[in-house]
Amino acid sequence: MKIKVENKKFTGLGLAPLAPDIGRADIKQVPTRNGYGEALVELGEKNPDVVVLTGDLSDSTRAAEFAKKFPERFFEVGVAEQNLMGIAAGLALSGKTPFVSSYATFSPGRNWDQLRVSVCYSRANVKIAGAHTGVSVGPDGATHQALEDIAITRVLPNLTVVVPCDSLQTKAAAIAACQIQGPVYFRFAREATPVFTTPETPFEIGKAQLLRDGGDVAVIGCGPVLYHALLAAQELGKEGLSVLVLNNHTIKPMDEEAVVACAEKCGAVVTLEEHQVSGGAGSAVCEALAKYFPVPVEMVGMQDTFGESGEPAELIEKYGMGKEAVISAIKKVLTRKKKGNS
Amino acid sequence: MQKLTASELQLKANDLRQDVIEMLLEAGSGHSAGPLGTADIFAALYFNVLNHDPKNPKWVGRDRLVLSCGHICPILYAALAESGYFPTEELKTLRKLGTRLQGHPHNLDLPGIENSSGPLGQGFSQAIGMALAAKLNHERHRIYCISSDGEHDEGQIWEAIMFAGKNKLNNLTVILDRNNIQIDGYTEDVMPLEPLRDKYEAFNWHVLEIDGNNIHEIMDACGEAKTIYEKPTIIIAHTVPGKGVGFMEFDYKWHGTPPNKEQAARALHELRTLRGAIKSEHE
Ligand SMILES: Cc1ncc(C[n+]2csc(CCOP(=O)(O)OP(=O)(O)O)c2C)c(N)n1
Ligand SMILES: [Mg+2]
Repeated sequence: MKIKVENKKFTGLGLAPLAPDIGRADIKQVPTRNGYGEALVELGEKNPDVVVLTGDLSDSTRAAEFAKKFPERFFEVGVAEQNLMGIAAGLALSGKTPFVSSYATFSPGRNWDQLRVSVCYSRANVKIAGAHTGVSVGPDGATHQALEDIAITRVLPNLTVVVPCDSLQTKAAAIAACQIQGPVYFRFAREATPVFTTPETPFEIGKAQLLRDGGDVAVIGCGPVLYHALLAAQELGKEGLSVLVLNNHTIKPMDEEAVVACAEKCGAVVTLEEHQVSGGAGSAVCEALAKYFPVPVEMVGMQDTFGESGEPAELIEKYGMGKEAVISAIKKVLTRKKKGNS
Repeated sequence: MQKLTASELQLKANDLRQDVIEMLLEAGSGHSAGPLGTADIFAALYFNVLNHDPKNPKWVGRDRLVLSCGHICPILYAALAESGYFPTEELKTLRKLGTRLQGHPHNLDLPGIENSSGPLGQGFSQAIGMALAAKLNHERHRIYCISSDGEHDEGQIWEAIMFAGKNKLNNLTVILDRNNIQIDGYTEDVMPLEPLRDKYEAFNWHVLEIDGNNIHEIMDACGEAKTIYEKPTIIIAHTVPGKGVGFMEFDYKWHGTPPNKEQAARALHELRTLRGAIKSEHE
């Protein structure tokens, strides 16, 4: 791949329009999974080949929205995730566009082999929606908090991996996934989180999104936790630091050009995700930087530990994925940048 | 541990149900139907059937209780606390940050928890592993596994059933909470399981079918299982989901919903009235 890093002004990467109330306590909050439900209904209306499957989790994944409107195209598989993925593959190999709806811990967690061979190896046109990702799942505890799904999906050939940042983007991602021929995994979350993009914010799979321009440090992340990066950037802005925030929503195929350009522009990077730091979205960024433009990197995410029960906000705080964690990672990486130690 | 009589166990089950309601109210999330429906089973096991020592949770000779359907753990926690594994005051920490009472059980957190569960299907296989190990070591303790009907949608469960039948694991007793509900509705609508008895028999299990809310039947069935030498035993325990709280009974919507303040008060009132009735019946 040819990387253009000479364009430091980012003419190729326009600032994405964002909600005006970022940082305000009353910013609208909606669970990302709601966007999935809305997308399914819209897709169902437009495309008669769209079918939806679930494994006894129709309400909480929002697949129920589709089931109400299109009962004949909705399949309840029961608590049987391996069968769920296999049936979806068969439907796809017969021309349907199945959306597999379950919790990410079980799908692609339990049915990873079926995802690998029946879906990815066979290039079956299956869309896999992983709900309840991150520690923000909350009181259900570690067993239900998917923190490994990006790692186990981005390693699979033929699979596109997308992590939308709010409910609007989840809707856009599900619709965009349907337009791609081939398997797509996208993840979302349980808890209501700020809607910081707008209906006008463009979304294209494989094209990273500049949420805020800056020159001192680049935060490159994905998912609802990006909001914490925006808050950190606002706060540090008052101290005179200029923080760039890149929404690197497509983990695979990643927009390496944008990632490298941000690193080159800022000379220091903080990665951010609600996922294990090893193998996840941050690792993907590090791989690209190691190849094309090494700079000091600090990684914000789960540091090789399981989650636990608690309220979502408490857990984000405890496991270091909130605003304060982003700020301290920024300060740390800036010290390293100053020392010229990458 | 001192073993309770049947009438004492009925009262104990009532205590456990009250604990469950109080815990769920305090937690603000969690599962109501399964824990209430299986309270009689847990009372019978922890206060009569199981050979165990709460003061010595790692005693090698103990019977193992493997909870496979981890989401009903409030009833397990209540039974453990009431038997003395940890203080009953700790029940109120369910699902809160820093608690040992995780939303789904973690074996490393709390004494008396044999296995981590939550993702359905896994406990059944682990129970088989424990039964195999007991055989290898010529140990006499038994393995009890609590599974649920919705969990029987999982392929892993049927793989496990096949293996246990093949290996004649007579030291394994599985109690199946047959309450006919799961998340998306009634089991026979979501994924029909019947005829369950025939299926287990075809897989070479000894099958017992009981009223899972009847203490006598639970104890008798666990006793009979010990006398079967050629096969593992499945006790299909027909229970009422939400048992003891009228407005929760039989309704799948209470699978994963906790009571609010007003509902908890009504539930506790009902349970206390019931306790009085059980008491006067035995006096
Ligand atoms: C592998 C897996 N898939 C899905 C779930 C989500 N889930 C939790 S409980 C449940 C329903 C199980 O039915 P049952 O145990 O019979 O429920 P109950 O009778 O307690 O209401 C489901 C699908 C899970 N815990 N594990
Ligand atoms: Mg059930």
